[in-house]
Amino acid sequence: MSRFGDWLNERFPARELMREHMTEYYAPKNFNIFYYTGSLLLLMIALQLVSGFLLMAHYVPTSADAFNSVQGIMYDTKWGWLIRYMHVDGVSLIFILLYLHIGRGLLYGSYRKPRELLWIIGYLTYIMMMGEAFFGYVLPFGNLSYWAGQVITSIIHAVPFVGPGLTTLARGGPGVGTATLERFLALHAVLWFLIIAALIVMHILALHQVGSNNPDGIEIKKTKGADGHPLDGIPFHPYYTVKDIFGVGVWLTVFAAIIFYAPTMHGVFLERTTFFRANPMVSLPDVTPPWYLAPYYAMLRAIPNKYLGIGLMALAITLPFLLPWLDRNPVRSSRYRPVYRVMIIIMAITFFTLAWVGEQPPLPKYFIVERMGAVLYIGFYLLLPIISSIEPTRKVPERVRS
Amino acid sequence: MTKKALVSAAAGIAAWLATGCAFAAPQFSFSKPSVIAGAKLFAEHCSACHSVGSLRYNRLVELGMTEAQIKKDIMTPDGANYLQGMTPTMNMAEAKQWFGIAPPNLSHIVRAQGKTWVYTYLTSFYWDPQRPSGWNNHLFPNVAMPDILSPWGGTYAKDGTLMQPGLESQAVYHKQVAEIVDFLRYASDPSIFKRRADGPYVLGVLILLSLFAYLLKKEYWKDVHKNDKTGK
Repeated sequence: MSRFGDWLNERFPARELMREHMTEYYAPKNFNIFYYTGSLLLLMIALQLVSGFLLMAHYVPTSADAFNSVQGIMYDTKWGWLIRYMHVDGVSLIFILLYLHIGRGLLYGSYRKPRELLWIIGYLTYIMMMGEAFFGYVLPFGNLSYWAGQVITSIIHAVPFVGPGLTTLARGGPGVGTATLERFLALHAVLWFLIIAALIVMHILALHQVGSNNPDGIEIKKTKGADGHPLDGIPFHPYYTVKDIFGVGVWLTVFAAIIFYAPTMHGVFLERTTFFRANPMVSLPDVTPPWYLAPYYAMLRAIPNKYLGIGLMALAITLPFLLPWLDRNPVRSSRYRPVYRVMIIIMAITFFTLAWVGEQPPLPKYFIVERMGAVLYIGFYLLLPIISSIEPTRKVPERVRS
Repeated sequence: MTKKALVSAAAGIAAWLATGCAFAAPQFSFSKPSVIAGAKLFAEHCSACHSVGSLRYNRLVELGMTEAQIKKDIMTPDGANYLQGMTPTMNMAEAKQWFGIAPPNLSHIVRAQGKTWVYTYLTSFYWDPQRPSGWNNHLFPNVAMPDILSPWGGTYAKDGTLMQPGLESQAVYHKQVAEIVDFLRYASDPSIFKRRADGPYVLGVLILLSLFAYLLKKEYWKDVHKNDKTGK
């Protein structure tokens, strides 16, 4: 090592960190396409920080000027459109990655012992991200922002006794206005972001404590070679760093294609009603959340009673925390659990059907879809303890398949 | 009420189709020339009442117009500033008295409603003596705006019969409406030409990067795959 390197490492554990988390962190060698999502999420969140910082340099958080300042970014600021599209489309792409990342955890049983805390920290990050996204889409103060802000903050109203007071506190007044934008900006750019960043660090530390799971759900630490390293493990650096660079290249190509050729994704990534200025006098025909929050909104609407609806939504959001204890099968990966695999496929279809129906206007013909979706979603978690303790399993191999 | 309006609108459109009036899918060509043509038509027919507040006049230079052309063909003479957003000639407070509502800023109308909606709206007016303006619209019932394009496109009754032919042929008229919509589409997202011009280079560089990254990964992973075979 160079003299500078020695000087540095006497004062800062750079070499030690590199060894612990990169060159001597052994990851299973059978990672598949789902395992790109972690590094891509890290990349996308870093990009959100950069684009968000640049947007904030031009944004004015007042009800009179917020909409204009965002249009100023789009029309008059050099490369402003690129920065804003990166930030807006980045959100949808982050949620696509999050759902793949969470779905992978379900498929391969990555939430199981000893990774319970890893799962809980990760799921908590996802819930915080939903809040972050909500604060973010109120900020441009289009008409959708205004009404979404009204509707979502009114959910707090349902809290017993303190609800009305809390709603006023959240809005900074009786309605959504300048005070709301100011506090939402502070929450979006400072508090929530810091909490998410801290959770991500904890998520990675917890991962490196227990080691990565893999598509076979086998503990690679069980079969170690003469050198004490897992036989089915390879050092994260250089093997997975070079692999992830390839993933980054492909992902950025997709990201750029969206930004340059379909930045609103036909109203899915950037809704049409955000292009009308916020107007308390003109209510929207239907206030629908962005696609990534729509499944929960669909469940909220499934019961035509405010308290029960909110209760169902809260249950749907919190149930996955219990997953490590609801699954009782000794086998982790769905590769060796045919019944569990079918359950997950049904769950995925249910979730995206709920996302679709949550975007539809509140018509009676959709109620049946919303209710069936809610039953299947909740049913997955209720039936899992029973099915997982009686389901047939295939023989799990000793070593990972590659 | 809405149902009745829908039924009558459907009946009107059906009758219009049945009479063989020129119904054609909108001919959007969406290119710099079509946007310039649309901007000129917009300046001539629409910008007396409607602003395009987010789009500055000098922005049109990127389409290939010169400052002199913009000042002559696009800018309304009174009160407009070359460096500022496109303003209407009409006093908005007076307009509100005349129409009951101030004519909206059209900067984001295509992003908000979609290009087909705007095109259909502009071509769906019919003569309705019961309305204060004398006009009504199949797509937007009881709209405050009169059909200012009727001298060119013709005047239709509610059932679709042509009451008064316009100065222009149906083909030319519909092409011009499409050009106005092209201009409004550009106005709602002026980065579009820049995006289309730069897109291939950005994607090219990223695809190249991915390719090299793939080759690098393959090279590094050779020994992992070698170990697979020996079972190590």
